[in-house]
Formats: sequence, structure tokens, C-alpha cells
Amino acid sequence: MYSGSRVSLLLGAALILAVGACDREERQSRSKPLAENVPAGQSPDTVYPGGAPVPPLDPRAAAYERNANALSQGQQLYMQMNCVGCHFHGGGGMGPALMDDEWRYGGRIDQIAASIAEGRPNGMPAWRDKLTSDQIWQIAAYVRSMSGQAPKDAVSSRADEVSNTEPMTQTKRETVRSADAAQR
Amino acid sequence: MPNDDGNWIMPGKDYASSRFSGLTEITPANVKGLGLAFTFATGTTKGFEAPPLVVDGTMYVITPFPNYLYALDLTQDGAPAKWVFKPKPAAAAQGVACCDVVNRGAVYSDGKIFFNTLDGNTIAVDAKSGKQVWRTTLANIQKGETITMAPLVADGKVLVGNSGGEMGVRGWIAALDAGRGKLAWKAYNTGPDKDVLIGPDFKPYYAGEKGKDLGVKTWPPDAWKIGGATVWGWISYDPELKLIYYGTSNPGPWNPEQRPGDNKWATGVFARDISSGKARWFYQSTSHDLYDHDDINESILVDYPVGKERIPALLRPGRNGFFYVMDRRNGRVIAATPYGFINAAKGVDLKSGRLIPVPEKEPKSGRVVRNICPAAPGMKDWNPAAFNPLTGLVYIPHLNLCMDEGVMEANYIAGTPYVGAEVKMYAGPGGNRGVFTAWDPVQRKPRWEIKEDLPLFSPALTTAGGLVFYGTMDGWFKAVDARDGKLLWRFKAGSGIIGQPISYRGPDGRQYVAVVAGVGGWAGAIVSGNLDPRDPTAALGMVNAVKDLPNKTTAGGMLYVFRLPG
Repeated sequence: MYSGSRVSLLLGAALILAVGACDREERQSRSKPLAENVPAGQSPDTVYPGGAPVPPLDPRAAAYERNANALSQGQQLYMQMNCVGCHFHGGGGMGPALMDDEWRYGGRIDQIAASIAEGRPNGMPAWRDKLTSDQIWQIAAYVRSMSGQAPKDAVSSRADEVSNTEPMTQTKRETVRSADAAQR
Repeated sequence: MPNDDGNWIMPGKDYASSRFSGLTEITPANVKGLGLAFTFATGTTKGFEAPPLVVDGTMYVITPFPNYLYALDLTQDGAPAKWVFKPKPAAAAQGVACCDVVNRGAVYSDGKIFFNTLDGNTIAVDAKSGKQVWRTTLANIQKGETITMAPLVADGKVLVGNSGGEMGVRGWIAALDAGRGKLAWKAYNTGPDKDVLIGPDFKPYYAGEKGKDLGVKTWPPDAWKIGGATVWGWISYDPELKLIYYGTSNPGPWNPEQRPGDNKWATGVFARDISSGKARWFYQSTSHDLYDHDDINESILVDYPVGKERIPALLRPGRNGFFYVMDRRNGRVIAATPYGFINAAKGVDLKSGRLIPVPEKEPKSGRVVRNICPAAPGMKDWNPAAFNPLTGLVYIPHLNLCMDEGVMEANYIAGTPYVGAEVKMYAGPGGNRGVFTAWDPVQRKPRWEIKEDLPLFSPALTTAGGLVFYGTMDGWFKAVDARDGKLLWRFKAGSGIIGQPISYRGPDGRQYVAVVAGVGGWAGAIVSGNLDPRDPTAALGMVNAVKDLPNKTTAGGMLYVFRLPG
């Protein structure tokens, strides 16, 4: 009786841990460092003549996208590097909206990182020489969180800015189409 | 070629910027019958702010980016295109244009059409053949400079200024020789006197404008180099005094804490000698601007009664909410009267000329200041009023918007926004976002007003027939009685109207009215730029005020030309 309840208690604790672990951000404090380069040539396209496969998602994606520290660093950089002056808090202005489900140059994190690094022809500046690769990935992760792609336990619960935007935890998750390469 | 009422050769109609047509065929009695004569799709879907021009049987239409220039043959049925000139501006310019990729118009003079491209070129095109005569690069998009204004051509010079007050640029106005496009002079609106072309001829009326190098001393060190004071609005010209008049934009960044001081020569009016560019006087309507209250609005030149005489005056419906009457010989303010609801300023001190701000409405970092009226686009934005000498009234399409604002430190990175403010706009008292006011500049009060639900970003046109025309952002083009504002006729266009209406006499001798519908600009960017209404701060806080616009109109770029039947 005694031992049995102890076992179930332990089991329960393990279960709680397991459930919790599912949603926890993944931090690999002793993993191998990631290559310091942005995926150049990560095309926003989904059509590959001759049937070549769509390139797989860059393995670094998860490390940034599910990481609270990366998201909050990205949020700060988004303000400091004046991304906010064009895209505001996702609604857009000079630049397109980032909180909706439309991605001109691909909505995958590696595609967004490529757009930030290389710039895009209708006015998006190239940031490759102003930011480190790590910073670019952080901003890309934050940009993805604007349309609700990041896990809710990893995003910031309050906005950095002074006005009246909703906290990121309230952001509705927009559908980004299969292969995350939705583009219109 | 005379600038008679058959033609319409510059956006303001004349050097006085009256936007008044002397044609009388269309009247309050018959305007009900006004119908379409022809239409023309411009192939663009961005904010269309430019007027068509009419020169001796040809109509010229300049589009927003990519700045196509069309010539339409008015002598032919249906006005087919004669030619199109494509200047091919750099696509990257779209990324440094603060408030949609607009163009405010072309000008005809001496056989040539002059216009600016978004990427900073001024171009002269042969009006007959559509071939380029010259092209001069004036602005640098790498620094965030664009050109959106319509040039003014007078006295053999093409006058052009830059845009980019939200990008940390340094404002200037330049004069090019109209024949060959060579730079005649260039005057900056910040910095040392020698750059501003301030010399012994500079005789401002008020003490606050007097002193050496105020364009440096009224800024923190070096802040004037990225301080805005651009020229993206209107220039008027007095051929007798040989003076041009233009307003300067907001100082940058918007966050006022980063630029203590008066910030000369931003947010004010310059009078300059047209041949040398030398400054004659300056008046700063808003010293140390707190709210993006640019002073680029039009200056309407009239003779104004003061006592028993009539003096050469400037009429300026200002962005800060005051209607200014000024002596255009010396820059003295004769009157400054609110023409809408203001709570951010107490008035204008006519002794010093200074605006008196309300301290508790001053933006400070660490807090959000609520209910600032008028909001950042001011009581009235760029869209000009019209003056009818027969009624003596100024017809002002304007705004009734207030805002919440919080400020934070802006980082200067060349070619990116330099603002440092979070804004959220909404309707002012009464709930209507636009107002069309017939202002009596002598009595200094409105004669009549029309409340409009949406913000008014369409310029006005008035005619000797006794009519006033303007458009709304949901696409209604309206004719009202110039005397009492009674709505007499309206037409629903395919897109919201922010374009400048004109009137001309066709080759058949009949009176026509023309306007281009194409929603966009700052207020319409939610539609033309497909912005997301869930972010109240989007488009510098404007999106919050026009969340309903995408349900009321769609993007377009269509010319509509009207005449009476028969």
C-alpha cells in the first residue's frame, strides 16, 4: 500500500515533468556552437523546375524559435535597428505587415533570416554587414512570433513599447502554409 | 502660353495656389446632370495624389511609383493615350518613402513637362514627343531621401525639395535651370547660415528668428545634420516680389527630447528670392515641434484687407491647427485662428509670433500622453485648400483626429526610419474624422462646415460657376454649393479619392472636371499597402484611425473625367 502509492506519486511526478517538458523551450547549454552564417540562397520560391525537392528547414530554426532568450533579444533588436519604423508592431507601414499570413519572400524562419540578411528588392535593406548572424536569427524568430508561430511559453508576456499593442502571448497563430514557404 | 482657364498647367492652378477655375458652364443649377465623359486606368494601385494637367488639347497624368507619365489626346473621342514615358526609378526607393510611394504632380512650362521621381530625380520631358530632355539626380535614397512633391516652375527655374523627414535626412530646396537641368542654387533648411543661404537680405519679422547660425545653435551638437526640415509640400510664387514661399517639414526625430531647442528652420515658412535662393524672411509657426506638425501646407497668395488698404498676404491653413494670415512682404502674422479642435496649444502670441504649447500635452519618455489634438497629421495634411475670389472663402478639406503618443530614443541608422515615437490615432470630438470647412479669412471664422466620417485627404477645387469639388476616402466625388455647402451632386469612384481635382475647357469648348481615384498615402496605406488593422501603431499610428477603410474601398488608380450632357 505504502510502496504502491509512492510509486504512483513518482509516476505522476514523472508525468507532470514529461508534459511540462513537451512545451519547454529547448536550451542546449553545452551543444556544439552553430555555424555563424545565415542561410544564403534560401530561396522564397516553392517551384523547382525538374522536380528538385524544396530545401529542408535549416536545423538551427528550432534553437531560435523556441528559445525565450532569442525571442526577447530579437524583440529588442527589432526596436533598436528600426525594423519597427517600417513594419511597426506587425501591422506594417513602409514595409509589409508581419503579423498576417502573407509572406512575399517566404515565412519560414530561414527564409525570413535570408530576407533580413540579403534585403529584398522593393525596399528591404540588407542587414548582413550591420548585424551578426546570431542577431539576424533572433530577429527572424521574433518576426515569426508576430504571427503567433513561436510557442506561447517562449514569447514575452509584455510588449516592450509604450503604446497599446497586445502582449505576444495573446497573438493569434496565423496559418503559414505547408513547407512554411507560403508566398503570394 | 497663357495659363488661362482652358488649361491647367500646374497643381495649384496658378502661382498663387488658388485651385480656382474661372469656368462657369457647370453651375449649382445644372451640376446634377454631370456625367462621365471618359475614364483611364493608370495601371497603378498606390496612393494617387497628383492632379491631371491639361495643355492645349492634351492631358498629362503622372502616377505614383513607378512614376509613369501619360499623355492623352483630348481631341480624340475617348482620349486615347498618345505616349507614355517610363522613368524607371529604383525599386529600393519604395523602402524609404514614409507614407506610400506617392507623387503630388507634374508641371507644364515652355513645351516641357517637369516632374520628380520617387528615387530622387527631376526630369523634363518634351510635351509633344514624350522624349526625355534632361534628368538631374538631386536626392540620395541611401540616406533616406525621396522626392514626392510637385516642382514649381517659374522665372526659368525648376524648384524641387526633398522628402524624408521620418528618415533623418537634412531638408533642402534646389533650383534647376529649366532649359538644361543644371543646378542654379541649393538651400538647406538646417545648418549654418551659408548653407541656408542666409545673408544680409535676411530680415525676419520676429526676434526669435534673428541671430547667427540659428540652424546650428537651436539644435544639440550635430543634430541639425539629421534634423529633417524637408520640402515635400507646396511652393507658391509672387512674380512681383520675385519671392517663392514654401513650408518646411517636421524636425527629426519625432521624439522631441532628442532635440532640445527651437530646431530652426524646421516647421516654418521661408520666403526666398527666386533667382539667388537667398532667404528674405522666415517664420517658425511651430518652434520645437512636439507632434510631427510639419508646416509644408500650401500658401495661398491673396490681397488682404488691413484697415483701409489691401496688403499682399499669405493664407496658410496650418498643420498645427491655426489658420494663418501673414504679410508676405515681411513674414508678420496678422492673424492665427483655430479652424478646428485644438488642445495641444493655447494660441499664437502675435507679439513674438510663437505658438503657446500646453505643457501637460508634451510627450515625455516613460509615459503615454493621451488625447493630443490635433494628431500627427495635423488639423490638415498636405492636401491643399482652394480659394474662390468670388465668395472670398477658403475651402479647406481637413481632419478631426487626436492621438495617444509615447516617445523613446530613436537610433539613427542611415536609410532607416528615425522617429522614436509610438502613436495611436482616433477620431476627435464628435466622432467624425474629416471636416470640410469653408473658412472666411477676413471674419476669421467658418462660413459653413461639412462633417465627413472618414479623414479627408482629397484636395479641393472651386470654380467661378459657384461650385466646390472634393473627394472622400471611400470613393465619393462630390460637388457642393460654394455659398452654403449644400451637396448638389456625387459620383462613386472605384477607389478612395486623395487626388487633386481640376477643371478645364476641352477642345470642344465645353467645361470638364477631372480627378483620379486611388486610395493610399499615409491614411490610405492600410488599403494600398495591405496593412494589418490589428496593430494600432501601424503606419505611424494612422491605422488605428482607419481600421474600417479596407471594408469601404479597394486600391486603384483610375482617372475620371466629367461633363454636362448634350
